[in-house]
Amino acid sequence: MIKVLTKVDVTERVYKETGMPRTIISDILSDLFEEVCVNLKQDKNVKITSFGTFKTRYKNERLGRNPKTGEEAIIEARRVVSFSANKKLKEKTARKIND
Amino acid sequence: MGNTTKSEIIQSISNQNLNLSNQDVELIVNKIFAVISEQLSSGGRVEFRNFGCFDVKTRKAGMVRNPQTGEKIEVPEKLIPYFRAGKLLKERINKEK
Repeated sequence: MIKVLTKVDVTERVYKETGMPRTIISDILSDLFEEVCVNLKQDKNVKITSFGTFKTRYKNERLGRNPKTGEEAIIEARRVVSFSANKKLKEKTARKIND
Repeated sequence: MGNTTKSEIIQSISNQNLNLSNQDVELIVNKIFAVISEQLSSGGRVEFRNFGCFDVKTRKAGMVRNPQTGEKIEVPEKLIPYFRAGKLLKERINKEK
């Protein structure tokens, strides 16, 4: 098994299973993540059936520390992306630990 | 704040690629998520440049309590899927609209 898959690997696997042209698969893959990003930017949750939900959360400003220098610094308020896996996906991954 | 579903995203991609049918886009999008799921469930990770990576973390075994009955339950060690946003995605989310 390959430990890390990249965009090219995913394209190749989808190609093998669907027979659609690689360039089209690759384009759709880019479009797909572009769509997710655009929707998140518009404060929308993106729900993918039997996979999971992408959301953004607002984080308040807080005081942090540079781990290298020990200096204190303000971490500005920001939005972060969070993903919560769907129950189906969680169950699928959970089982494999015993292998 | 609303929700966007997979079918809405498929529709939007179809509208941008008029040479493709909605069914073709749907087939490919579904396969993409199936491939990611497969990879995660076999303990591997998937990286998409600029978007982020999907990975699995090990959650250690532990005891939890049923809040209603107070009953203790042992939870075995398990793998949980997680996603970390890439640099570009993080930046874009924070930029002015």
